[in-house]
Amino acid sequence: MKVPMSVLLVYSTSHALRIEKMLKERGVPCRLVPVPRHLSSDCGTCVRFAASDCEAAREAVDQSGIEIQGIFDMGTSYV
Amino acid sequence: MIYLDNAATSFPKPAVTAEAVYDFLTRTGANPGRSAHGLSLEAARIVYEAREVLNDFFGGPDPLRVIFTHNATYGLNMALKGILKPGGRVITTGMEHNAVMRPLRSLEQEGVELAVVPCGRDGTLDPDDLKKALRQKADMVVMSAASNVTGTIMPVREVGTIVREKGSVFLVDSAQAGGVLPLDMEKDKIDLLAFTGHKSLYGPPGTGGLIFGSRIRETEVRPLIEGGTGSRSETEEQPQFLPDRFESGTCNAAGIAGLRAGLQWLQERGRDVILKDEQKKSARLAEGLSWVPGLVLYGPADASMRTGVLSFTLEGHEVSELGEILDTDFGILTRVGLHCAPSAHKTIGTFPYGTVRMSVGAFTTDEDIDIAVSAVKHIAAGTSK
Repeated sequence: MKVPMSVLLVYSTSHALRIEKMLKERGVPCRLVPVPRHLSSDCGTCVRFAASDCEAAREAVDQSGIEIQGIFDMGTSYV
Repeated sequence: MIYLDNAATSFPKPAVTAEAVYDFLTRTGANPGRSAHGLSLEAARIVYEAREVLNDFFGGPDPLRVIFTHNATYGLNMALKGILKPGGRVITTGMEHNAVMRPLRSLEQEGVELAVVPCGRDGTLDPDDLKKALRQKADMVVMSAASNVTGTIMPVREVGTIVREKGSVFLVDSAQAGGVLPLDMEKDKIDLLAFTGHKSLYGPPGTGGLIFGSRIRETEVRPLIEGGTGSRSETEEQPQFLPDRFESGTCNAAGIAGLRAGLQWLQERGRDVILKDEQKKSARLAEGLSWVPGLVLYGPADASMRTGVLSFTLEGHEVSELGEILDTDFGILTRVGLHCAPSAHKTIGTFPYGTVRMSVGAFTTDEDIDIAVSAVKHIAAGTSK
């Protein structure tokens, strides 16, 4: 089923890997995908998850202390 | 061939180390953190997992605070030159390797005050002597956790407690201790830990790094080099965050894959099991050698006060000659001379001629030890093999 998605942009692939791990530990399905060009000119990776999991993602970010670029809506997709 | 030069680099490596490197080069192989395709991500994941394993193993605060470099020397230079400034003061011991002493001497030329706390003839450090040196404020205390010349185990935890009380930065060179001694950044109050991958962590050469404790503010540490990090590509300024701030240029991901495998291998075997086994072998070696006429052993007499490193000299023989005969006539590989540690040799009284160093590893057997002892006996007695 297609659901509204969000992407979380970080500044480094290491940070994306950390957030991915924290989300998986919380049982939040997520994937690392290339950063959409319209969001950033950076060449990196971001974390994609269902928009309904935004709160869990914010909690993970707060706990990690990692500085992020932001969480953005990404239209609908498969989780 | 009997390899007794594990303090220089462990050999052989476990098969899993070599397999992990091979697997990376033939199957994964992409550049970690540079692109977002599947292989690059898989490479990045391997490197990240290596950070996790190292952070856990050394009691670090966060995998992202594990910085990969080529070796411990690079990590030590990064910490020393990144933090110490002219007008500052640094304290070290009389048992250090040139990986610590050379950057310190260079910093001294630039106006950093250097205090060297003397050690005993067996290489031991009395923490009270360090305490005295710390009566005058210091920005940093740097010391190895074990000597590469005598194997002397240094009182890291005691020193860590003293240094923390005084508020200085505590930098530990774990090249000879990481993987054998129970180092824990949290419990030992280590602020910066430099490690090498290719010795007792059983990784390939060209791996090592520096772990930043939670008290070190990375933005106040100047990177040794700057460049591409795969992150924040829009800016020409070096990133402020870890690990990218200190990891410019493509990393040795194949080596790091091997290091991760080597460290996992060692954890399965048990660090403590390996330490006890190496100390037992080293004690057997010391006991055998102690009966050779004219032979002098260095370092603590009690084998539990040493790692698997043992140094000796033999009256009437130059160490270079001994090393050559052991190698060519007996197939026993050792390291002779000053071991890049003139300061330590001055402390134990063997400068400038040096010692013969025999260092055991996880694959050394009792038979290897007995053959080595017998070889030295033959050389001392002037009889051939």
